[in-house]
Amino acid sequence: MRDPGAVRDLGLGWLDASGPHADIVLSTRVRLARNLRGHRYLARAAAADRQAVYNRIEGIVGTPALPGGAELLRMEELDVHTRRIFLERRLISRDLFGRGDGKAPHLGSALLVCSADAVSVMVNEEDHLRLQSLMSGLSAMEAWSLVDRLDEGIGRDLLLAYHHEFGFLTACPTNAGTGLRASALVHLPALVLTREISRVLEGLDKVGLTHRGLDGEGSDFVGNFFQISNQTTLGKSEEDLVEHFGRTVSAVIDKERRAREVLRGAGPRTEDLIWRAYGLLRHARLLAYRDLMELLSGVRLGVSLGLLRSPRVSSLNRIMVFSQAGHLAEAAGRDLPGQERQTHRAEYVRKVFESERTSPTTDTES
Amino acid sequence: MSEPDRICDRPNCGNAACVHLTQVVDNKTSTQYLCKACAQAKGISALPAEGSEVADFMAELAEGDAEEGTRRVPEPCARCGLTFEGFRETGRLGCPHCYTSFEPGLRRLLGRIHGATRHVGKVYLPPDPDAAHADRRLDDLRRRLQRAVDSEDFERAAVLRDRISEIEPVESS
Repeated sequence: MRDPGAVRDLGLGWLDASGPHADIVLSTRVRLARNLRGHRYLARAAAADRQAVYNRIEGIVGTPALPGGAELLRMEELDVHTRRIFLERRLISRDLFGRGDGKAPHLGSALLVCSADAVSVMVNEEDHLRLQSLMSGLSAMEAWSLVDRLDEGIGRDLLLAYHHEFGFLTACPTNAGTGLRASALVHLPALVLTREISRVLEGLDKVGLTHRGLDGEGSDFVGNFFQISNQTTLGKSEEDLVEHFGRTVSAVIDKERRAREVLRGAGPRTEDLIWRAYGLLRHARLLAYRDLMELLSGVRLGVSLGLLRSPRVSSLNRIMVFSQAGHLAEAAGRDLPGQERQTHRAEYVRKVFESERTSPTTDTES
Repeated sequence: MSEPDRICDRPNCGNAACVHLTQVVDNKTSTQYLCKACAQAKGISALPAEGSEVADFMAELAEGDAEEGTRRVPEPCARCGLTFEGFRETGRLGCPHCYTSFEPGLRRLLGRIHGATRHVGKVYLPPDPDAAHADRRLDDLRRRLQRAVDSEDFERAAVLRDRISEIEPVESS
C-alpha cells in the first residue's frame, strides 16, 4: 500500500540550513512555467493532450537532456500517502496531489525528480511543465542557475510554446514572458512583535513583490512565516527579476535583524516568550500543527538570538516538515486520527529536543 | 505551502477565491481568501492593495470587461475553441495559440498586469533553429555573458560561453 521507496529524501535538501541567512530565510524556490507547443493547457486539455505531454517528457528521461538519475513518477501510480508526502514537501501542488477527498489525480500528471540535484518538474499542472529548484537560505541566483540549466536541456529536445513578443507562453497571463517566480520562505517574528510588519509588507507591494502565508493547516500567517515572491514576469530579464528579488529580500532580512536587536534590549518579555515556547515544546503531550508552528517561531527566534543553543536550525526545519500529518502517518505506518496525531507530533518534537539537549542552553536557564 | 490557487474560505461556497484579504490586528496577521460575491457580502467592495498577483489579475480582467465592451469581440481560438468571454471568466487560456487568437486584447491586459508587453528575457532556441533564431539567441547570450563577467560570476560566465560555442557553428553554416 505505502510506497516509501518513491519518497526517499526528495525535496529535503534545504533542511540542512546551509544557505545564507538560513536562520531567517528557510528556503528559496525558483520556478519556471513552460508549455509544449501544439497542446492545450490543462483546463481545456483532452485526455489525449495530457497523455501526449506525459509521453513527450517520458521520452527524454534517460537522455542527456535531463540530469543523470532523473526519474518520472506518475501520480496515478502513487498511493495517496506518498502523494501527500510530496505535497507536504512542496514538491507537488494541490492540483497534482488530486482535488477533493480521495479524488484521483489528473491523467498524465507526474513529478520528474532528479536525485542528485535540488530540481524537479511538475508535469501536467496548470502549465504542462513547472520546473523548480528549492535551496536553503537566500540563494536566489543559485536556484535560478540550477533551474535554467534544466530548462536548457528540456528546451533543446522538446518544442516549447514561445512567442517572439510575449516570450514563454503560459496558461495564465500573470506568468507569461519569463515564466519565472522566485519565492523565499522567511521567518519575521521581530517585525511582527515590533509592529513594523504591515509597513514592510506594504513596501514589498510597492516594489513589485507580493507575500502570502505558509499554506499549512490553520491560518495562513501562522508562526510569523511569510512567503515573498515576485509579482510580474514580463518585461525584465530573468537575472534582473532574480537580482531585484534577492536585493529586496536582503533588505527585509536587515530590517528583521535590526528589529531583533531592539527586542534583545527591550526587557524580559522576549526572553520569556522564547523560554515558554521552548518549555512547551519540550514537555507538551498534545500538539496541534498550528500551535507547533507558533511555538517553533519562538524557539527559532531564541536560537537565532543566541539565547538557546539547541535545537539547531536544521532540526527546527526538519520538525516543520516531519510533523505534518502525512509524515507522521508515514512514520507510524498507519493513518493517525486527530488526537492521536497530536500525541505523535508532541512525542516526535520531544524526541528531537531531547536528542539535542547535551548542551541545551545558555547560563540564563535556571 | 503551494501556489495561490484557492477556493473561497466561506463555508459551502466552493467558488474560486479572487480576493486575498490580509489583516494585521494586535500583532496577529491573518488572511482570508474569498470569491467576489462573498467579499461583497462582507462589505469588501474595493480590493485592498495587498499585492496578490492573482487578485490583481482578476481585478484587471474585470476592468477590461468594461473597457472591452466598446471593442469588437474576438473570434474564439481556432485551435482550442476558447472564447474571450470564457477566458475572462476563468482567467486561464486554453492553449498557446490563444495568445495569437486574442493578441490585441491580451497585449493590453499584459501591459496592465506587468507594466510591459515585450519579453526581454531568455531567447528560446527551438530544437530545429533557423539562422534568425540563432542570431537572436546569440545576442541574448552575449549580453548575459557580459553581465556575468561584470558581476564576476565566473561560474555562470563559463556556462554561457559553452552555450554560445554550441550555437556559433549554426550561425556560420
